[in-house]
Amino acid sequence: MTMIFGIALPALLGQLLIGFINGSFYALLSLGLAVIFGLLRVINFAHGAQYMLGAFTAYLLLVHTGIGFWPALVVAPLIVAAISALIERTMLSRLYDLDHLYGLLFTFGLALIIEGTFRWYYGAAGQPYATPQLLSGGTNLGFMFLPNYRGFVVVASIVICLAVWLLIEKTRLGAYLRAATENPQLVQAFGVNVPLLLTLTYALGAGLAGLAGVLAAPIYQVSPLMGSNLIIIVFAVVVIGGMGSIGGAIITGYVLGILEGLTKVFYPEASNIVVFVIMAIVLMLRPAGLFGKEI
Amino acid sequence: MSSLTQSGTATSGAKEDGKAPARQKNLSRIGLAVAVIAVLGLIAAPFFVYPVFIMTVLCFALFATAFNLLLGYVGLLSFGHAAFFGGAAYFTAHAVKVWGLEPLSAIIFGAAGAGLMGLVVGVVAIRRQGIYFAMVTLALSQMIFFIFLQVPFTHGEDGIQGVPRGDLLWLIDLNRPLNIYYFVLVLFLAGFYAVWRIVHSPFGHVLQAIRENENRAISLGYRVDRYKLAAFVMSATIAGMAGSMKAIVLQIATLTDVAWQMSGEVVLMTLLGGMGTIFGPSIGAALVITMQNYFATSNVPVTVIIGVIFVLCVLLFRRGIVGEAIRLMKR
Repeated sequence: MTMIFGIALPALLGQLLIGFINGSFYALLSLGLAVIFGLLRVINFAHGAQYMLGAFTAYLLLVHTGIGFWPALVVAPLIVAAISALIERTMLSRLYDLDHLYGLLFTFGLALIIEGTFRWYYGAAGQPYATPQLLSGGTNLGFMFLPNYRGFVVVASIVICLAVWLLIEKTRLGAYLRAATENPQLVQAFGVNVPLLLTLTYALGAGLAGLAGVLAAPIYQVSPLMGSNLIIIVFAVVVIGGMGSIGGAIITGYVLGILEGLTKVFYPEASNIVVFVIMAIVLMLRPAGLFGKEI
Repeated sequence: MSSLTQSGTATSGAKEDGKAPARQKNLSRIGLAVAVIAVLGLIAAPFFVYPVFIMTVLCFALFATAFNLLLGYVGLLSFGHAAFFGGAAYFTAHAVKVWGLEPLSAIIFGAAGAGLMGLVVGVVAIRRQGIYFAMVTLALSQMIFFIFLQVPFTHGEDGIQGVPRGDLLWLIDLNRPLNIYYFVLVLFLAGFYAVWRIVHSPFGHVLQAIRENENRAISLGYRVDRYKLAAFVMSATIAGMAGSMKAIVLQIATLTDVAWQMSGEVVLMTLLGGMGTIFGPSIGAALVITMQNYFATSNVPVTVIIGVIFVLCVLLFRRGIVGEAIRLMKR
């Protein structure tokens, strides 16, 4: 068997793949956080809850209406986005003029309500969600065995990240969005409906979290607390990358997922904390984050 | 930062109109009267209410007061204070149970350990401000959570159970309810007084200046980072003292005390009672603990209620109970 640094190659590649999958979710979630933060200046603590909501919506659609994975991949994020838009319009939008900490505290309370309600109703145990038929089984790549669904998640997350990046950097809507980030009053004066833009942005970010949740459902189990620990890691990812750029959030997500996977191979005890340690080191060396511009 | 704490401080109140100093004096007289009544009430309380319940409230009240030193007076939202509270609880529980240390020394040991953790976390966290500070402290406390989960002395999911209360200074048996109650009350008052002294010292005034306008404080020549770090370490130490007291009172130290939910609870206690007020956090702590006790036996999920109060506080009630009371009295 091929060995690298005393580690069997298949084990190394297996952990790398897991790291890449985790990294896909870190990238999707930190992308959504960065999009929301860019315009609203709100750190969306409810992002993990919205991710869980996406997974649960897919699960409930399957159980109660028989709607399968593929339609759910579209419907569930839309439902999450709609609910989040409503919350933004009725409550979150009242906090924009205040200190940004209030947005964080509000969304923290929101996360407790959403996760607490689901936990109360469904218990803390996870519910299995079957892999879609089309993607069951796996492919032998010669050097390792790749479950088809996991390959799909990696490809899908890259495509989604690229699409969002293109939307923001290359379209007219994205141009409005970037302009409103720089100077909302001026953009409003040009006749753009900025409050609507804010609502749409929050819905987009939350929808992305919901989409990540649906993608995650067949890999991890659907459980009320699936997002609450993840969101803290994603916060660390965002601090490492700096919130300055969308691209930075995506790249940092993947890189940290892979680094975490490698840690599992070489020093498993530290795999839980490696992201936080990297965050501390980055903060000491480059406080604004790797891609950050401020300060 | 100034919008964070709307409660009028001594200086901003005096600027508004000429009568303000007199009112300010009135207000501090009311404060003194409240303090005297509260202390007398607490001395008499164990004869009317279950002592362990009041002691739990006192521990969390001190925890929230220490947290408020940072949020209310420096404007720094730490989302990781559970690490110091729970960490100190582990240190004290271990010192008492395994090393057979005397309770007061064990509490000092726990608080010192928390202060040291605060120094390490603080050095990293003060590199960023505002919401980033909150995210960094949350992430670092999660790291500490995982470390406590893995190191052997904490016994993982079981925690350290059956911590003996021991004999205070090898003389006073803390297994007697009244003995431990007055011991905890004295510690609480000492910690509370320490925070009060810090806030009203020249050092505390610099902290409040940093909260109001950090750039101006820098341009006045203050080394803002050092002040922030010092405040962070003090807050962590006193939060640790509260955690150590909790370990002796409830005779247990577990992962619940270091988890991020606990950090959220102390934020809520402070927000509900009134951030930037001396009595607010204690009142908030008493309300939250009472509520948790009340709902623990019912079917209603406590997390949801905590979330709802959070949302209501942020949307409608940002001054908190004491903050609103002060505003009404000032009118």
